[in-house]
Amino acid sequence: MPDTAFWAVCLVVVPLFFAIICFVRSALVSILGPLAAWLNAIAALGMTVSFVHSGPVRYAIGGWQVPLGINFRIDGLSVLLIAMTAVTGLSVSMYASGYFSLRIGPAREQGRHQHQRAYFWPLWLLLWAALHGLFLSADLFNIYVTLEITGLSAVLLTSLSGKAAARLAAMRYLLVSLLGSCSYLFGVALLYRCYGILDMAVLARLVSPAPLMWVSLALLTTGLVLKTALFPLHFWLPPAHANALAPVSAILSGLVVKASLYLILRLWGDVFAQVLPLAAYLLPGALGCGAVLWGAVQALLQKRLKMLIAYSTVAQLGYMFIALPLIRLDHGSSAWEAVIFLIMSHACAKSAMFMAAGSIFLKAGHDRINDLDGIKEVLPVTSFAFVVAGVSLMGFPPSGAFIGKWLLLGVSLASGQWWWGIMLVIGSLLAAGYVYRVACHLLVFKAPFYARRQFIPPVMEWSALLLAVLAMLLGLFAGYPLGLLEAGSPFPGHACLEVMP
Amino acid sequence: MNWGGLLLVMIMLSSLVPGLIIFALPEKSVRPRTFLNLGSAVFKLLLILVMIIGIYQGRHFAVRWQLLPGIELALSSDPLAALFSTLSTVLWLLTTLYAVGYLEQSPNRRQFFGYFSICVTVTVGIALAGNLITFLLFYELLTLTTYPLVTHRGTREALAAGRVYLAYTLSGGAVLLVAVAWLQMLAGPVDFGGPPAAASVAAEHKAQLIVIFFLFIAGLGVKAALVPLHGWLPRAMVAPAPVSALLHAVAVVKAGVFGIIRVVHDVYGIQYAAGLHLLLPLSILASLSIIYGSLCAMRADDLKKRLAYSTVSQLSYIVLGVSVAGPLAAMGGLVHLVHQGLMKITLFFCAGNLAETLGVHRISEMNGIARRMPLTMAAFSVGALGMIGFPPMAGFVSKWYLGMGALAADRMWVVAVLAVSTVLNAAYFLPILIKAWFRPQDCPWSEQGAVDDRLETRWMLLVPPVVTAFLVVAVGLLANAQISPLAWVKMIVGREYGP
Repeated sequence: MPDTAFWAVCLVVVPLFFAIICFVRSALVSILGPLAAWLNAIAALGMTVSFVHSGPVRYAIGGWQVPLGINFRIDGLSVLLIAMTAVTGLSVSMYASGYFSLRIGPAREQGRHQHQRAYFWPLWLLLWAALHGLFLSADLFNIYVTLEITGLSAVLLTSLSGKAAARLAAMRYLLVSLLGSCSYLFGVALLYRCYGILDMAVLARLVSPAPLMWVSLALLTTGLVLKTALFPLHFWLPPAHANALAPVSAILSGLVVKASLYLILRLWGDVFAQVLPLAAYLLPGALGCGAVLWGAVQALLQKRLKMLIAYSTVAQLGYMFIALPLIRLDHGSSAWEAVIFLIMSHACAKSAMFMAAGSIFLKAGHDRINDLDGIKEVLPVTSFAFVVAGVSLMGFPPSGAFIGKWLLLGVSLASGQWWWGIMLVIGSLLAAGYVYRVACHLLVFKAPFYARRQFIPPVMEWSALLLAVLAMLLGLFAGYPLGLLEAGSPFPGHACLEVMP
Repeated sequence: MNWGGLLLVMIMLSSLVPGLIIFALPEKSVRPRTFLNLGSAVFKLLLILVMIIGIYQGRHFAVRWQLLPGIELALSSDPLAALFSTLSTVLWLLTTLYAVGYLEQSPNRRQFFGYFSICVTVTVGIALAGNLITFLLFYELLTLTTYPLVTHRGTREALAAGRVYLAYTLSGGAVLLVAVAWLQMLAGPVDFGGPPAAASVAAEHKAQLIVIFFLFIAGLGVKAALVPLHGWLPRAMVAPAPVSALLHAVAVVKAGVFGIIRVVHDVYGIQYAAGLHLLLPLSILASLSIIYGSLCAMRADDLKKRLAYSTVSQLSYIVLGVSVAGPLAAMGGLVHLVHQGLMKITLFFCAGNLAETLGVHRISEMNGIARRMPLTMAAFSVGALGMIGFPPMAGFVSKWYLGMGALAADRMWVVAVLAVSTVLNAAYFLPILIKAWFRPQDCPWSEQGAVDDRLETRWMLLVPPVVTAFLVVAVGLLANAQISPLAWVKMIVGREYGP
């Protein structure tokens, strides 16, 4: 029986290998791409199963130890995020295989989708490999490398649609991404200067308040916040996510922003948690509140469906920053668990929404929200998927987001800083507002709807519904993911893994 | 899982699964859909009967499903749950029959009946919820599943009403969420049926408990249409008649009232709540709702609107009964949960019949209508007289016990409120009856056609109101029988207050 480390290596090598093959043999992408997606899912499943059996692991690739080699650290948090990536990634891949098989557009562009497909699959697999690497890596420099690959492939994917708006958005995204990476790299360099080591588990024990450490933390955080599009640095996100192709939007909003978010959680919730004063957490908390309000208000004002979904991402990311002070205040691990539920639930729901929006766009020929009355008649499954995803985004029970908000509410009331909890509730109501704006058009009965004669493959409709239902029912099975977390606790104060300094 | 737990799960699934199948059936397959609807309603009723027999024999059914430590879904069958779930199931069966007749030939029935079934599942879930979190879950889901029913017609007016409805109920749900989370932080997981959770909270948190209580009332009061929060109810009238009937008799408004009963009885405990002086403000609020609702009802000319305001008023009887804090008043309040449901659904069925058969929506058009539709109007009259409180109808029994309870608790002003409200009820119901029975027709009706020659309207529209009207008389006449709602309520209250 292969062990956890074997699967972890597979998770990086398999998508990377297939990405290269797809680059070289673009004729085979329609077979190799979905195949790679399934293999990824199997590897993720294998790793989860073996993790449940044997617990957290550190693995030095090729036997090279810290500080020279590449180290994997596999704990509950990484396993959950890998599992999330696998489920979302697999669904998006299925959707994409349907999406890129369509022949759409005017005659002279008949080959457009086939052309895009040849680039989509290698870039997406490369991105996937980088995400896996990021979630598994134990040290901050390797993470920089994976972060850079993630960013660049995401930018290229954004520009794939070829429209002027998309190219402009991708250009802006590229600049932001590079700026963020630079800032992060500076931070990493300073840390290395201070402590001579970049392994996160070791750093957590070494860090002490020092001017250089503060500067480096500020640089690291700024870079990551820029990439996560925290308000007020979110300006690049809505156009990029809204103008990309549908499967790309799903990947960007569902997974890519989670990469830098994950790092922020690791750094603020674990590595630097011992030295950071409580007051420092107020800043991300306050910015998170700003994101929740601003993102929701903007979403309420949008006329186009994909823009609305993109702004909702800005708002939803705010929750995870509101959770930061609560993680710090919390005596148990509820706040950690809550964030993880919010992240997983958002990944599923948001990808489902973008996928549904993509199908709606293809069928209706536009995505003006006010003109979507009656689309339920032609795309029943997709409309339903969108509404279900929206409801889980609102944090309705029994969705994963509900569990997250419930736990955070409890922590915030118990800690005395109840305003964070009230903010979450207000955020849910605002989310209900913008979801309703779309849902009331999707649910209304009005025949006939003027639709294009575009055929939408069932796989595109059902993959979106699958993810949406998963997000909605995540709360009912909340015990299982938490079991994983407890098996390999990322929480400060618990027993750390043995590391050779 | 034990057999009892399985029974509860079956009760839930018996309308959820048909609902999902209905979504999958094509729009045109009317017969399978009707069969599935009625069959599952009857099946659910049988299951509920099994549960009631079990409770009579002193058994207790429960099932639990842990999500996280501290978050547990629980279904449990205490007598109060049985009361509400029986009411929902019986009225669901009748309303389904009515809806099948009402929506004949209309488009988009698949969606209607799908959500209809799921809505009933959720309502029964509210009834059977064994702890506060489960209650919250179903309470929130009810908002979602009723929205498509309220906006079923898809007109501009219906959508506007739906928007108002969602704005009110979602905000109420958010307030309720805060209340539940706060209470759980103080008292730990709150189960129904055990010793009241609030009483176990340390004395220094009393102030917080008072705030939480009012958050509860604010959150639940939206659906219960307590007066400053009732704005959505009259607007929701645009829904098709069977939906209005179910909304006003069972599903939404009763969910709110049922929640208030749970909070007072099971979460705070009557004695403890009275000790914190929480019940007097609640009675005052309920009394205001009773009077204000009646006054608004007198002004409305639209029949359904008048009935809607009457609901605002009648629901508060239940809240009033619970908040007077005495066994007799509590009996009056709880039994009104059933009685009001029976009476109000009769009235709405009849209003739907008038609109569907003759296109009559306004009270001013109703002169002489009893000659054209005698059975419908007879049922309507029974319901209306019951609402006013004529013996031996159901409403009389409720008011009798409410009044006795108020006297026993030495609250003369409550008796006065009841008296004023009875006068007002008579003032807005009797003119309708006089017009319908004794005035000659003075304006043309638009016969909607396709009516059975022998009957005044389609039999599917006629049977439900006649049956419910019969029940209104029966539960009043047989109030002392062992199987009446009153007897059941006596058992509940007996457990609460001790022998």
